[in-house]
Amino acid sequence: MNQRIPVTELTGGFRDRADQALDDSQLRSNFRTAMDSLMKKRADAFPDEDEREGLREQGNHIKARALSKLPDLLEQLEARLTENGVKVHWAETTDEANRIVHSIIESRQGSQVVKGKSMVSEEMEMNDYLAERGVECLESDMGEYIVQLDHEKPSHIIMPAIHKNRRQVSKLFHDKLGVEETDDVDRLIRIGRETLRQKFMEADVGVSGVNFAIAETGTLLLVENEGNGRMSTTAPPVHVAVTGIEKVVENLRDVVPLLSLLTRSALGQAITTYVNMISGPRKADELDGPEEVHLVLLDNGRTGAFADAQMRQTLNCIRCGACMNHCPVYTRVGGHTYGEVYPGPIGKIVTPHMVGLHQVPDHPSASSLCGACGEVCPVKIPIPELLQRLRQENVKHPDEAPAVKDGGAKYSARERAIWWFWKTLNTRPVFYRLFLWGATRFGWMTPKNVGPWTRNHSAPVPARRSLHDLAREHLDNGGQS
Amino acid sequence: MTARNNILDKLRTGLAGSTPRPDDFDESLVTQPWQYTPEDRIQRLRALMEAVHTEVHQLPARDWPGMVQTLLERRALGNLLYAPGTDYGEQLAAHWQASGAAPDLIAYDRPVEEWREELFWKVDASVTSTVGAIAATGSLVLWPDRQEPRLMSLLPPLHIALLKASDIEDNLYGMMQKQQWSAGMPTNLLMVSGPSKTADIEQVLAYGAHGPKELVVLILEDL
Repeated sequence: MNQRIPVTELTGGFRDRADQALDDSQLRSNFRTAMDSLMKKRADAFPDEDEREGLREQGNHIKARALSKLPDLLEQLEARLTENGVKVHWAETTDEANRIVHSIIESRQGSQVVKGKSMVSEEMEMNDYLAERGVECLESDMGEYIVQLDHEKPSHIIMPAIHKNRRQVSKLFHDKLGVEETDDVDRLIRIGRETLRQKFMEADVGVSGVNFAIAETGTLLLVENEGNGRMSTTAPPVHVAVTGIEKVVENLRDVVPLLSLLTRSALGQAITTYVNMISGPRKADELDGPEEVHLVLLDNGRTGAFADAQMRQTLNCIRCGACMNHCPVYTRVGGHTYGEVYPGPIGKIVTPHMVGLHQVPDHPSASSLCGACGEVCPVKIPIPELLQRLRQENVKHPDEAPAVKDGGAKYSARERAIWWFWKTLNTRPVFYRLFLWGATRFGWMTPKNVGPWTRNHSAPVPARRSLHDLAREHLDNGGQS
Repeated sequence: MTARNNILDKLRTGLAGSTPRPDDFDESLVTQPWQYTPEDRIQRLRALMEAVHTEVHQLPARDWPGMVQTLLERRALGNLLYAPGTDYGEQLAAHWQASGAAPDLIAYDRPVEEWREELFWKVDASVTSTVGAIAATGSLVLWPDRQEPRLMSLLPPLHIALLKASDIEDNLYGMMQKQQWSAGMPTNLLMVSGPSKTADIEQVLAYGAHGPKELVVLILEDL
């Protein structure tokens, strides 16, 4: 057994955190093992390439169709849900969404909330908001629970605690819950089950996310394996679902291919243990289920992405996590390096619209553009293309009307001037020859320190003779060199 | 309502001049790869469900209450939650009376608020109906209602589900069409494909996360 040092807490900007993560062999091994296994599971779940590609195309068309009539579908969804007895709320900002959730809890004089897994509630930092107002908000997904106990954020959107191994979880449970340490995963899960069941029973309000909101029938569809989602949406007297406005699809049948794409891409499962379709609160004669169901529709920058036809494709995302599982960068630096709610390739294209490029200036360039993310995306989001677009928006001058929040975060007059010089040099033969003449003679004057390049490489030294020169000589000798 | 209007306005501005994309949904993509002969259908359902730790038995319809008794006795369980107002509930109660089976029958006949503690901690097992199953993914379809409330299939550590062999469909799309789901959804419709599980620690699979630790499916053959 090779004992490794514990996973470090990452600090600083993206580059600093990446450096720290790369130095942490335990973290790298935890991620590598998990990502290798998730990639294999996905591949095994799609044995037939034609079937897979047909389904991806269909998934893309369904999402594109939904987005092409998004405002109408949102209104239809609201109308159907309202008929079914669900109260629909709209929020432009995370702050507004938090206020809505808090006011619902207050109206029931609630003090305890259990939460099923919801990335949107992470966006809202709902736990902190409610805690500041005296409401305990407990994560009930096993992975989220572990992460919350350790005051961390999820490092993967499907597997929140994937950065930890069992010894780390065991130590955490021992420290926080006072239970004996154990290497037995079944035992660790049993501890979680019993602790959380009490909370499900006592909770005043259950909060969940939504995987698909179906406009046709006014239905909220949730997928999960643990049953905590069903608990959170069934056991407490009030259920509040929070979701992004992009999660709506037109028809019930549209979820058939999307569901198959989601669970196979995310976990390599034909289906999750539970598919929970909620179309209304408890009816007068029913014996259980929530008396109230609320849906909070959140914008938080999504309308910004929507405004641009190319970047609108970002909103196709069904949050499967396949892009991060297949990303060579994510696998090495892990989820926390990104410092935001959504890590990995999808995080890099969605986060700038939410928080602005000033906060995540390195996101668009933290990619080798290898294309793996776009290749596995179940709804065919051209992630590499969108990253390139964000790189352009990132270096625009503020006067050039960047199409992304805080675009131009990396604008540099010096860089512009260098590129202008480079372009001129290469498009004017006179300048080019002059430069060549100088470079071959005064190459020794090249500085020994040329920025990030020389941090890991020796400084480049121009050759004494140019390729043109050598080729000319070669031809003069009749090709005999 | 300003948030609502602002969001919708921004979206409409973004769509200005564009037309909605046509509905080119191709049902063959989600039906053709998932079609089976009647024998294969049951075999596939069994194989997929058993692969995720579900216990499956096929038996003549009239024998199911006796099978439930056996399942409970084999596990030495003390009680069983059932739905007294259904046909299945009546058959179960009749069998229990006739056979003098030991486990207590607990009727789900009052609102959850009146017996929360007992429901959450004291119930060992439950038996519910299903409205069908899907062979393609190995899934049961449950349609909870007044008689068979939602928590019945979630809280007890052992959930026994009764499935009529003739109610097994090839795929989800076929099931939706046959039962006309879009014409009227219940407050809660569920697909259940095994006992509750998690792989959140090191991706190690563990059963019995928050829902049932064990799922037993009784496939009832019509005679």
